[in-house]
Amino acid sequence: MQLIENHKTTGIPLSPKAKLSARNVDVFYGDKQAIHDVSLDIGENEVIALIGPSGCGKSTFLRTLNRMNDTIDICNIKGEILLDNENIYDPKVDTVPLRARVGMVFQKPNPFPKSIYDNVAYGPRIHGLAQSRVELDETVEKSLQRAGLWNEVKDRLHAPGTGLSGGQQQRLCIARTIAVDPEVILMDEPCSALDPIATAKIEELIDDLREKYTIAIVTHSMQQAARVSQRTAYFHLGQLIEVNPTDQVFTTPQHELTEAYITGRFG
Amino acid sequence: MDMNFNQHISQQFNADLEAIRNQMLSMGGLVERQVSDAIEAICSGDTSSADKIIQREDDVDDMEVNIDQECTHILVRRQPAASDLRMVLAVSRVVRDLERIGDEATKIAIHALEVANGSQASSKICHQAIRHMGTAVVKMISDALDAFARHDIGGAIEVVRNDKMVDDQYASAIRELITYMMEDPRSIGQAINILWILRAIERIGDHARNISEQVIYLVSGTDVRHSSLSEMEEQTQSDL
Repeated sequence: MQLIENHKTTGIPLSPKAKLSARNVDVFYGDKQAIHDVSLDIGENEVIALIGPSGCGKSTFLRTLNRMNDTIDICNIKGEILLDNENIYDPKVDTVPLRARVGMVFQKPNPFPKSIYDNVAYGPRIHGLAQSRVELDETVEKSLQRAGLWNEVKDRLHAPGTGLSGGQQQRLCIARTIAVDPEVILMDEPCSALDPIATAKIEELIDDLREKYTIAIVTHSMQQAARVSQRTAYFHLGQLIEVNPTDQVFTTPQHELTEAYITGRFG
Repeated sequence: MDMNFNQHISQQFNADLEAIRNQMLSMGGLVERQVSDAIEAICSGDTSSADKIIQREDDVDDMEVNIDQECTHILVRRQPAASDLRMVLAVSRVVRDLERIGDEATKIAIHALEVANGSQASSKICHQAIRHMGTAVVKMISDALDAFARHDIGGAIEVVRNDKMVDDQYASAIRELITYMMEDPRSIGQAINILWILRAIERIGDHARNISEQVIYLVSGTDVRHSSLSEMEEQTQSDL
């Protein structure tokens, strides 16, 4: 692993228990550079919150972590992203199993137009993770339970997933993500389309999931970042400005830009 | 993007924070006057102002409640973070100390009345110490509030340093008082009044120190409560 020479980031961007490590990552959309030399570790069993004003590159950065940006033709990435010390941008790496290991939950709940059961069973089926119907049933039940949705849907597993409420749909998407037994879950504003109660349930869930998974969450809600994460990374104009323990970021941020953003002083 | 970090996007948030800070400082001004009037009453023997001091305590109490309520409102409405959060917490803590200073000033005024009504022969016991300590703590309150207004850690530490001197003066005044009581048991009644007064002044010094600790918290985010002076100096070195 190369040493970082990233003098722009204040705080502690590295972690001794790194699951994912970004090293000197630059991202370009065509000629325009969206991410500038970002180096950041995401530790095992931690929730890291990525915050920053709109257009600061936090979602772009999140999407580099499971090569979602590959789907954008003009997007070009330099630097390394290491998952368990292996570069995920190595040409040998197949993105399909990669995205099973590094799952993603999006801003708007996007269940497939299938039954609740099939939504969750989809991943295990295509990845061949279940040997029998019984095993698949178990995986579906376990995933729905872990997503805190089982009790609400166990009697209507074959009803369409799109018929659920917004908060339930989002938990269904989380169940779908964890059904393939990922190691890392990326969440891109998972609660921005949800009401406060559904949001509280998802946040509770994030805290439970941390025991088993590594989670990176992009959020516009600073209170949410403060509630769910152990570390917070502040992005600004494509640069990683500060990474510190969440409590510190929200009481005594080290960088003036972080302070200005979290106190609502950008005018 | 406009990079003026002094102002919030919400003008009302600016105004709210400014308001609690200003109200706290004016409460501080009122309390400071309470203390200096109380010291004056005891030293001059002119107790005409003592009743007024006792009455004004209600105003101080009201201010504490009102400012604290404003702080709660800001917490609820704005969920402040970082320096804003520290400002709200610091103001809320400082008003409690100011209110207690007000209580101590009232105690001094009550005992000043008792001293004036008691034996004239022993009413001047420890006068020198009361005047010295009294002047010192009035200045400490004023310096602590100035340090708050200016975000001045150096000024805050100076107040803590002065509190140690007041504590020393208090200890030596108590020794003097004991000597009086042993020499002339008839002075014990007055001496106890004086003891309460000295004790109240010493406590005011402690509250001024607490206010200064909040200045350090406000500016640097370091919680220096229960730290010694040297620990405090060490912890704030980089912020000075």
